[in-house]
Amino acid sequence: MCGIVGLLVKTPAMREHLGELMVPMLIGMTERGPDSAGLAVFTGGAGDYERKISVYSGLLEDGDDFNWQGVAHELKEHLGVSVGLEAKGNHAIFSVNVDPEIVKRWLKEQYPGLFILSTGKSIHLYKDIGTPAEVAARYDFGKLQGTHLVGHTRMATESAVTPDRAHPFTAGEDFCLVHNGSLSNPNGIRRKLEPQGIHFDTDNDTEAACRFLEWRLREGDDLETALKKGFEELDGFYTFLMGTPDALALIRDPFACKPAVVAETDDYVAIASEFRSLAHLPGINHAHVFEPAPEEMYVWKI
Amino acid sequence: MENLTFDLAQTRVSDLNRYLHVEAVKKPAHKVTVKNPDGAHNIAVGLDSPVEVEVIGHAGYYAGGMNKTGKVIIKGSAGTGVGENMMSGVVHVRGFASNGAGASAHGGLLIIDGDAGLRCGISLKGGDIVVGGSVGSFSAFMAQAGRMVICGDAGDALGDSLYEAILYVRGDIKSLGADAQIQPLTETDITSLTDLLQQAGFNHDPKSFKKVASRRELYHWNADANQEY
Repeated sequence: MCGIVGLLVKTPAMREHLGELMVPMLIGMTERGPDSAGLAVFTGGAGDYERKISVYSGLLEDGDDFNWQGVAHELKEHLGVSVGLEAKGNHAIFSVNVDPEIVKRWLKEQYPGLFILSTGKSIHLYKDIGTPAEVAARYDFGKLQGTHLVGHTRMATESAVTPDRAHPFTAGEDFCLVHNGSLSNPNGIRRKLEPQGIHFDTDNDTEAACRFLEWRLREGDDLETALKKGFEELDGFYTFLMGTPDALALIRDPFACKPAVVAETDDYVAIASEFRSLAHLPGINHAHVFEPAPEEMYVWKI
Repeated sequence: MENLTFDLAQTRVSDLNRYLHVEAVKKPAHKVTVKNPDGAHNIAVGLDSPVEVEVIGHAGYYAGGMNKTGKVIIKGSAGTGVGENMMSGVVHVRGFASNGAGASAHGGLLIIDGDAGLRCGISLKGGDIVVGGSVGSFSAFMAQAGRMVICGDAGDALGDSLYEAILYVRGDIKSLGADAQIQPLTETDITSLTDLLQQAGFNHDPKSFKKVASRRELYHWNADANQEY
């Protein structure tokens, strides 16, 4: 199964309530995905810094007690520039003014068990095992602010229940994808991408879709062209919801095996696997509610 | 007529359904209003009395499924499998319906004012379905008996591997499935259409519909077909 949620606010005043509006959406999808949850929020910018890197320490023994301050300090010494840190339990966001690849390489060498969740100017990413309510409380999802977000609740079918196999998946910078469904050719996609130097973190089928689409974008395709190629190359059942710094995008396979419903008002666009996750939203009784068609591309810009 | 209200913001669906299964069957026909359905699954499934259930808002999966003699009106949209495996009675969706609407319905009438998703009326076994809007791909797949009236368009592979169900389409058909063919309307078809459109409250001219029925070429094994259907 799995549940998908997405929310894009059109009214700037609503940006500070993004997380608050989203938490019931995520919890509403608990029956569809009780084993893990995650979300990516697009914050609009990195403030005084150029890049932000979301990092997870839950795979290490220290876990929740990991010494993020210590890492930030060492990183500062190593780079010789200031480093921003926003840490909570097993999760931290480092903000830097250097090439993020240098930072990630250093982190991997010094702390091999740390898992890089995302990199970008705008994206913050959180994911972990646990019920959606537990994960939302763990990272204070209710306080998140931003322009749009992509969330997921997981009921694993294609790979093990571990934090790194939870969704959203990311590739490159400021791109993320969540998936409801299962792909039948993820290994074919991997065999196509790996010789081009594209590295995979897990054996998860969704990661193959994520890396394929990000690869197309990096090769110069616009989002529409990349998604069109996705329809040609990705085989299986899917509703995909993707986030970029200025848009949410949704596609469903030709058989529309996995559900999706959209509610749009003057203030927001909300997407979920089922209406139960939209029922609490303000003005929902007057929203334009519809089911996105299979094999169509839906792109909502901020 | 007695009118009871269940507010699903306060009451669980299982309490509503327990009332409908245990209490409602002991009473004469009456009305039950369901407020704040908020996309909950299994609303008013398995009715077995002439009770009328009015749902104010959007219903989740399988609303009105397995209905027998009841009437379910959904003043909103319906999720996957609305009215699936109905035996008799009426399920009326005022908005749109998701995939698999009326799947394997044996009897009764399913009315959808808006569009229906994919696989509408799949494996229909004798029920009637009237869709005010369009239906998605693979609708009426392997439909065995019953009638389907589509006032809008139909997606790909309409009526694939049809048995004896009859389909009527007013708009465009993207593609017909294997063994489905367009046939001329007969007097019986006009009577059927007039009756179904009237029951569903649509005002179209029955003559503006195309009839789709089985070519009956898949009924028997054909060794010479070279497996090219």
